[in-house]
Amino acid sequence: MLIIDCPYCGPRSETEFGYGGQAHVAYPPDPHALTDEEWAQYLFYRDNPKGDRAERWLHSAGCRRWFNAVRDTRNYEISAVYRLSDPRPHQTTKGA
Amino acid sequence: MNQRQLPEHPDFLWPNPEPKASYDVVIIGGGGHGLATAYYLAKNHGITNVAVLEKGWLAGGNMARNTTIIRSNYLWDESSAMYEFSLKRWEGMEEELGYDVFFSQRGVLNLAHTLQDVRDSVRRVEANRLNGVDAEWVDPRQVKELCPIINIGDDIRYPVMGGTYQPRAGIAKHDWVAWAYARRASELGVDLIQNCEVTGFVMDGDRVTGVQTTRGRIATGKVALAVAGHTSALTELAGFQVPIQSHPLQALVSELHEIIHPTVVMSNHVHVYVSQAHKGELVMGAGVDSYTGYDQRGSFHVIEHQMSAAVELFPAFSRAHLLRTWGGIVDVTMDASPIMGLTPVDGMYVNCGWGTGGFKAVPGAGWSYAHTIAHDEPHALNAGYGLERFVTGALIDEHGAAAVAH
Repeated sequence: MLIIDCPYCGPRSETEFGYGGQAHVAYPPDPHALTDEEWAQYLFYRDNPKGDRAERWLHSAGCRRWFNAVRDTRNYEISAVYRLSDPRPHQTTKGA
Repeated sequence: MNQRQLPEHPDFLWPNPEPKASYDVVIIGGGGHGLATAYYLAKNHGITNVAVLEKGWLAGGNMARNTTIIRSNYLWDESSAMYEFSLKRWEGMEEELGYDVFFSQRGVLNLAHTLQDVRDSVRRVEANRLNGVDAEWVDPRQVKELCPIINIGDDIRYPVMGGTYQPRAGIAKHDWVAWAYARRASELGVDLIQNCEVTGFVMDGDRVTGVQTTRGRIATGKVALAVAGHTSALTELAGFQVPIQSHPLQALVSELHEIIHPTVVMSNHVHVYVSQAHKGELVMGAGVDSYTGYDQRGSFHVIEHQMSAAVELFPAFSRAHLLRTWGGIVDVTMDASPIMGLTPVDGMYVNCGWGTGGFKAVPGAGWSYAHTIAHDEPHALNAGYGLERFVTGALIDEHGAAAVAH
């Protein structure tokens, strides 16, 4: 069981949260201009790192707000949580 | 049927050679898919100067962590072709490989618990029949006849409303399967090299010419990836991405019990699948953890959820004890179908994306992947499974038959 530190509510059990996949994937600014290859990238390709990953979480059984977290996919340590509107924090700790 | 005694086998089934300086084909990953691929490269295509590089020990990854369910009742033509081809090879595997694999065709029940489940299941049964796959719809009383310990009462949260039944489906002993392929591949000249992790690729422009490993550099013209959930890490080294996400998938066993469970029961809706291994352990699997991860364990609440479903379906299990749990790293694609074919790198081939159900496909995947490697083009079985489908949009959407419960 992960303990996830919601930026709005504080630390809560993993079961209160929903997972939203990779963070910072922007909707294409001009969808009509995309090639099929670019659509494939946008729809189907996500980073799958062994190491730090910025990802979205939803505190669905709490404040029901989305936020971002940086989590190491090897040991599941969460090194940062931040609001959706914030950029990914610069990491000084170990990471992939 | 005496299910509790396994025959003796020799102390060593294959040698452990030092890696040579070069091979015609290097297969990365010594699991079921890698070993079967090596065997069929040698047997079907006469390519025997082959190394299988395994970073740990043979068949110690997902091959040792799955629940060994074998079936072919998938919805779409591409899937039922691949899995039915595999099932036919499972039926002849002990003869072909001259080795026990304990393939037990005890049938698989896929339960339906909602009206939508019922409709989807009946549709799948009809699709299976059109594709020559044995499948039938069974009502709750027939479910009870096939598996007497199941609770078909209507006073549970998700009552059993029926199910699909594939009589030819079943289970096998995963490690014996790996040993069977390993032994025969080794006899045909394949080098099985354990404790040898690939750390990089040697490239000449867009072409791969070798691999860097923890046991030195190996030259080769063809590199075949067969590393399931770890594929992304290798393709990153080669300069391209595959559209998979790696998740922990958990399974568990109870202590040994008398044989009480005659078949295999799967339920997508309540997220559990159960069989009883030859020695008597209850073997159960769950859904994947929601997050991506490479730690070979998952969150305990996933197991709790799975156990509550299992105990409601099988009240007798409430007295059983959980003996061991573990996780494997499964490679999930957006359409719940595998990826097999050529890659943007010349001489490099990919076989991944089997998600939670790669074990059943070992013979068919090995057969068609070997063809792909030998001929530099896909076999008919995997022609629809290339990376290009994510660009063309010709997805093979198997979430109904595959997504949670493989």
